[in-house]
Amino acid sequence: MKEKYIEDLKGIREIMDRSSRFVSLSGLSGVAAGIIALLGAYYVYKQIYVELPDLGYNAVAISGTDFWHLIVSAIVIFGLALIVGLYFTWQKAKKTGQRMWDRQAKRTLLNLLIPLLTGGFLCLILLDKGFIGLIAPLTLIFYGLALVNTSKYTLHELRSLGLLEIALGLAATHFIGYGLLFWAIGFGVLHIIYGTMMYFKYGS
Amino acid sequence: MKEILKNINKAFENKLRLGIMSALMVNDSLDFIGLKELLDATDGNLASHLRTLETKGYVKFEKDFIDRKPNTRYFITKSGKDAFLKHLKAIEDLLK
Repeated sequence: MKEKYIEDLKGIREIMDRSSRFVSLSGLSGVAAGIIALLGAYYVYKQIYVELPDLGYNAVAISGTDFWHLIVSAIVIFGLALIVGLYFTWQKAKKTGQRMWDRQAKRTLLNLLIPLLTGGFLCLILLDKGFIGLIAPLTLIFYGLALVNTSKYTLHELRSLGLLEIALGLAATHFIGYGLLFWAIGFGVLHIIYGTMMYFKYGS
Repeated sequence: MKEILKNINKAFENKLRLGIMSALMVNDSLDFIGLKELLDATDGNLASHLRTLETKGYVKFEKDFIDRKPNTRYFITKSGKDAFLKHLKAIEDLLK
C-alpha cells in the first residue's frame, strides 16, 4: 500500500515538472556553446585587442573597421552557439519523445529573451558611442539576469548559473581591462562546467 | 491511522485523475489537447475522468474559440485545490 502512494507522489512530481518546465534542454548544448564561446573569445583577442604590456592588461582600442569586425564576430559566435545548442536540445527532445517547441519551450525562450535583448540593444548603443570596455561586463550581467529570470520555467540549475554570470559581470566591470577574460570564463568555462553537470544529471 | 485514511480522497486514487489534478495545480489552465499529450491518454478516457472531477466540483472549464475553432480550457477550482492539498498531506502522513 505504501508503495502505491510513493509511486503516486513520484507521478505527481513528474507531471508537475513536465507540464510546467522546459526539461528538454540538453547539457551538451551548454558544453558546445561553451567551446564556441572560448574559440570566439580567442579569435577576438587575437584580432581586435591591442596589447599594452606595460599596464599588465589589455587596453581596448578600436577603429572603424574593427567595430564591424567585432559586431560580425559577435553575431557569428552567437549564431553558432544557438544552432548547436538547438541541435542537441532537439536531439534530446526526440529521444525522450517530447515535442521541442511546446508551450514550456516558448515560455522559457520568451523569458530569456526579454532581458537578453534589452542587454543586446544596450550594448549596441554603448558600442556605437564608444564604450567598448563595458560590453563584456554588460553581456555577462544581462545574460545572468536572463538566466535567473527564465530558470523558473526550465531546469533549476540555470538560476545559480545566472547568479554566477552576474557576479562575473560585476567583477569584470571593476577589473575592466580583463573584460574578455571574464567573458571567456562566463560564457566558455561556466557553460562547459554546467553543461557537463546537467548532462550527467539529466542525461543527453 | 484511521484518521489519515479518512483524508485520502477516493477521487484521486485513479492515476489519470491524479495526473489531471497535478497538471492543473501548476498551470493556470490547460486545454484538452495539452492534457491529452501530457498524460498520454485517449480522448474518451480523458473526457470521462474530467467529467468525474467536474461533477465533484474540482475542475471547471471554459469554452472559447481560437482561429474560429472551439477550444476548451480546464482550470482547477478553489475546492479542487484544497481537496488535492488535503490528499497530498494525507499521503505524506501515511508515509511518515
